[in-house]
Amino acid sequence: MHIVVCIKQVPDSAQIRVHPVTNTIMRQGVPTIINPYDLFALEAALELRDKFGGEVTVLTMGPPSAEDSLRKALTFGADRAVLLTDRFFAGADTLATTYALATAIRKIGDTYGAPDIIFTGKQTIDGDTAQVGPGIAKRLDLLQLTYVARIGALDLDARTIEAERRSEGGVQILRTRLPCLITMLEATNEIRRGAMKDALRAARATIVKWSAQDAGVEDIAKCGLRGSPTIVKKVFAPPPRAEKAALIDFGSRSPAEALIEDIFKRQPKLEAELVTLARGF
Amino acid sequence: MIEERFDAIVVGAGMAGNAAALTLAQRGLKVLQLERGEYSGSKNVQGAILYADMLEKLIPDFREDAPLERHLVEQRFWMMDDRAHVGLHYRSDDFNEERPNRYTIIRAQFDKWFSSKVREAGATVLCETTVTELAQDAYGRVIGVRTDRHDGEVHADVVVLAEGVNGLLGTRADLRERPKPDNVALAVKEMHFLPRETIEARFNLKGDEGTVIEAAGTISRGMTGMGFIYANKECVSLGIGCLVADFQKTGETPYGLLERFKSHPSVAPLIEGSEVKEYSAHLIPEGGYNAIPQLYGEGWVVVGDAAQLNNAIHREGSNLAMTSGRIAAEAIFQVKSRKDPMTKENLSLYKKMLDDSFVIKDLKKYKDMPQLLHIQSQNFFLTYPQLVSKAMQSFVRVDGTPKTEKEKTTLRSFVKARSWTGLFGDAYRFARAWR
Repeated sequence: MHIVVCIKQVPDSAQIRVHPVTNTIMRQGVPTIINPYDLFALEAALELRDKFGGEVTVLTMGPPSAEDSLRKALTFGADRAVLLTDRFFAGADTLATTYALATAIRKIGDTYGAPDIIFTGKQTIDGDTAQVGPGIAKRLDLLQLTYVARIGALDLDARTIEAERRSEGGVQILRTRLPCLITMLEATNEIRRGAMKDALRAARATIVKWSAQDAGVEDIAKCGLRGSPTIVKKVFAPPPRAEKAALIDFGSRSPAEALIEDIFKRQPKLEAELVTLARGF
Repeated sequence: MIEERFDAIVVGAGMAGNAAALTLAQRGLKVLQLERGEYSGSKNVQGAILYADMLEKLIPDFREDAPLERHLVEQRFWMMDDRAHVGLHYRSDDFNEERPNRYTIIRAQFDKWFSSKVREAGATVLCETTVTELAQDAYGRVIGVRTDRHDGEVHADVVVLAEGVNGLLGTRADLRERPKPDNVALAVKEMHFLPRETIEARFNLKGDEGTVIEAAGTISRGMTGMGFIYANKECVSLGIGCLVADFQKTGETPYGLLERFKSHPSVAPLIEGSEVKEYSAHLIPEGGYNAIPQLYGEGWVVVGDAAQLNNAIHREGSNLAMTSGRIAAEAIFQVKSRKDPMTKENLSLYKKMLDDSFVIKDLKKYKDMPQLLHIQSQNFFLTYPQLVSKAMQSFVRVDGTPKTEKEKTTLRSFVKARSWTGLFGDAYRFARAWR
């Protein structure tokens, strides 16, 4: 079995800051991490491999420094890592990203064997679109299971997989044919701590680096900024709330009493309305 | 257990560990370096001043790509009482040289760079891997390490312990004692961010010039300690540290000291309007020569802070760390080249080489100083700074009092505080300890 996991190196949002004057995100010096949702996807893939055998290939598109994330994925136990890096890929929106990733996955299939499952995280924490996973599935004409919380039974002979999909109304238990693409939700598994042998292997591994040409991109105009119809017009930080929280002096009143009085004072019509409403009952 | 064997395992990726791993790898040894932090520098705390000479011995052209902040053209020493400071100030344009002598650095950035050099030299560097204990054979010889990773035991001919001031491996394996409270200082530090121009205006700097202020006196409330202010490019590192034994005795808090230091009238204007982005704390070995533990044994050597190699008087630590790491690596290389085993006897070469270096020579020179400053902390950090400050004020204030009368009053204040014997005794003891 061959599983491909798509990950993204993202700025650690816990440590990100917005420039006070220009309102742009200050990426410089901000530590990067693997997109947290992708770690749930990676762990799900590793668990399947450990149980059923096979290989896990991790794929990312990004600047050369994204190599760190791939090395980390290898430390967790992934078998192989591919970095898609080329200046032609820069500035890609989700349309261009899915084009590049789908092309690379085809190439991975040709080179290392056709993937049975492709995993992605539900979404990234820097883009938050949740479009890339489904976009790849569409381009590769794969069945897709999105918002999956847990992987169920995998039957390699029948070539089916079951998964719990979280939806607004509850949990759907779905079965689908392989190959398929699964986007993973948070919190049903936890990324493992890599064994010493994996950590050693990762520290010394050469990460496979593919340019657009290496990956077999045919139409360069579909990549990067050129292939991206989405244009970021403006990035801005929401203005900090000007109003300060009110401090209410209870005095001799009970807290509830003081609070109600204060609310009525600020909303003069409210009291009369409530009284009218109460009379209706 | 990992089948593969290494020539050397270096535990820790601070200054000492990186220097050792780099030197070993440069000499062609098969090196594994293990670091518990996410990356080299993620756990390391220092003021920080980098001494170029010691780094040049490892990476001659480091200035080309190392993340350096400012080169120092100036050093200020402040003796402080609560409202004033008496200063000694040295500034020279000679320090604006082609290859500057000292730099301010930010360790998180610098160590990452240093670590990349270690990797380039061929060492295998594993971060986020904690060494939990030393692996020893039936005779107690160190044969490798155990880590917190699954199947995480790795063997090597020699283990270089660069595990830092509070290194638990060595103490757990009874290679040395835990540092005593009167041999370590606890320092706290903040990074105050300010626009570059503001820093340059406040500290009288231009371009990449930098300055260092070392301060001692009533800011440490009679405890043995020091404060520091270092100007970086776009932030000011500011901190204070005192002996752990003194904190225990007085019940003072490190953050309390830091707050008071920051609000001192000599300090507050320097950091006014800044944004604090980082707060860190760390132990510093201050025991000096007498606190240096056994430095080598069967299959192991200890370097840097873990070996208490820190010159508290000159505020030099990272260069002693780098130098001890390099020398340990050179000694290991020599033993290895002779195809000799890494026995205690053979590794004693490290101690011999270190004894011949400035590291041990400097520490030996000041061997009585830590004890003196600790025992006499009330005098050296409280009484004298107050007396000197009063004397200076009397000297510069113009109020119609005849000068002879002023001098008499000043002298009387000294004698009243310490008596003649006390004054001569302090001077004598200090001079002896300095010698």
